Amino acid sequence: MSNPQHLTYSKEHEWLTAVEDGVATVGITAFAADALGDVVYVQLPDIGQTVTAGETCGELESTKSVSDLYSPATGEVLEANQAVVDDPALVNSAPFAEGWLFKIRLDGTPAGLLTADEYSAHTGA
Amino acid sequence: MTLRYTALDRVHRALGATMTDFAGWDMPLRYGSEREEHNAVRTRAGLFDLSHMGEITVTGPQAGELLDHALVGFVSALAVNKARYTMICAADGGILDDLIVYRTGEAEFLVVANASNAQLVLDELTARAEGFEAAVRDDRDAYALIAIQGPEATAILAPLTEADLPGLKYYTSLPATVAGRPALLARTGYTGEDGFELFVAPGDAEALWTALSEAGADRGLVPCGLSCRDTLRLEAGMPLYGHELSTELTPFDAGLGRVVRFDKTTNGGAFIGREALEKAAEVAAAEPPRVRVGLVSPGRRVPRAGMPVVAADGTVIGSITSGAPSPTLGRPIAMAYVDAAHSAPGTAVAVDVRGTHEPVEVVALPFYQRAR
Repeated sequence: MSNPQHLTYSKEHEWLTAVEDGVATVGITAFAADALGDVVYVQLPDIGQTVTAGETCGELESTKSVSDLYSPATGEVLEANQAVVDDPALVNSAPFAEGWLFKIRLDGTPAGLLTADEYSAHTGA
Repeated sequence: MTLRYTALDRVHRALGATMTDFAGWDMPLRYGSEREEHNAVRTRAGLFDLSHMGEITVTGPQAGELLDHALVGFVSALAVNKARYTMICAADGGILDDLIVYRTGEAEFLVVANASNAQLVLDELTARAEGFEAAVRDDRDAYALIAIQGPEATAILAPLTEADLPGLKYYTSLPATVAGRPALLARTGYTGEDGFELFVAPGDAEALWTALSEAGADRGLVPCGLSCRDTLRLEAGMPLYGHELSTELTPFDAGLGRVVRFDKTTNGGAFIGREALEKAAEVAAAEPPRVRVGLVSPGRRVPRAGMPVVAADGTVIGSITSGAPSPTLGRPIAMAYVDAAHSAPGTAVAVDVRGTHEPVEVVALPFYQRAR
């Protein structure tokens, strides 16, 4: 699956939408979802929690392993995707769409993120 | 170490498998969704490449006596074409590997070891063969191993062979021709389902895989990787070497004392590990240190190998050996060794999952048993 051009990406395989009114949506990439295998449990940050770029803010559990979820940006969590908590398979089936994870009000401008092409090069895709 | 590739490597790549290094072999982990592969084996059928398993052939007039001496089972008592689950132990009773031994002839046995232990088992059998009129042969490169597992396995295989499949009982084998290729056809497996394992010449593996795939297409047969093999065996309560079994444990510690046959009559009843295992049997009966149990979680976080099992007061009472989200039960399951006082089914304990105590319940093994 190709990486959508309108998103920015972290080297830890999270994506971030463009910012609207200071708010952005976060998810994990198709590359990451595929590497995990079937996701069976998603633990997301709490609403109101402050997350920090590059630091863990949740976890993704698959059949074989558990992986930390890193925030690609710093800010306050406004919304967590209950649909993905209820049905973690959405992370596999629609990582760039219904499988989004949380929305944050950004604190400053995200730094160190990659374009779609840079991320594709990073993953060797 | 360079990876070893099975005779079916090209097939896996064409199918787009996610590969993994397993005991030095480049093996398919999954082809698509491991949960769908798991469910296919439970409800229809799955096709596995198990060519990493280590085949060792033992031949000679005293082949049976050698295996009785070297292993804990009563191998020489097996009828030709019968197979048995058994173990090879060190002199101190520690488990070196768990094995399946097929009696393929009056004076011929096929020993199948785990990939990770195959060299050790080969070396041990070779050393233990001294003084016996028997030869131990490394046949790892002589076979590819294909398994077809699941309730539809018989129906898929039947049109490809004239072998008497209904007459081939569980844990028996027979030389057969499948899709025009010679195979040792065995009704064995590691999934908790009915099914077959086909030991074939590596050069025949692709043709057989293709023939089985085509024969099974209408019945929902899918290629299956090692990831679902692990969840299938875990649901079936089957131990995995390196997880539930190790050199630190005897068969009695693992709750598998039934494989130790003190009633052997060959070699005057002597076999390697006997003295230590007799003591282990007494301890296991009187005051077992820890007991292998099943755990089921009502939550969603998955106990993983190495996580501590704790009592209500937070005391560590055991350790997880294998854990996974169970596709069949729809919740996390695990095997663990826990103190005997906490091992009764129904006991409430908890697992320390990265600092949080997740409640789990002790249950009887297996988690899943097919309807017969």
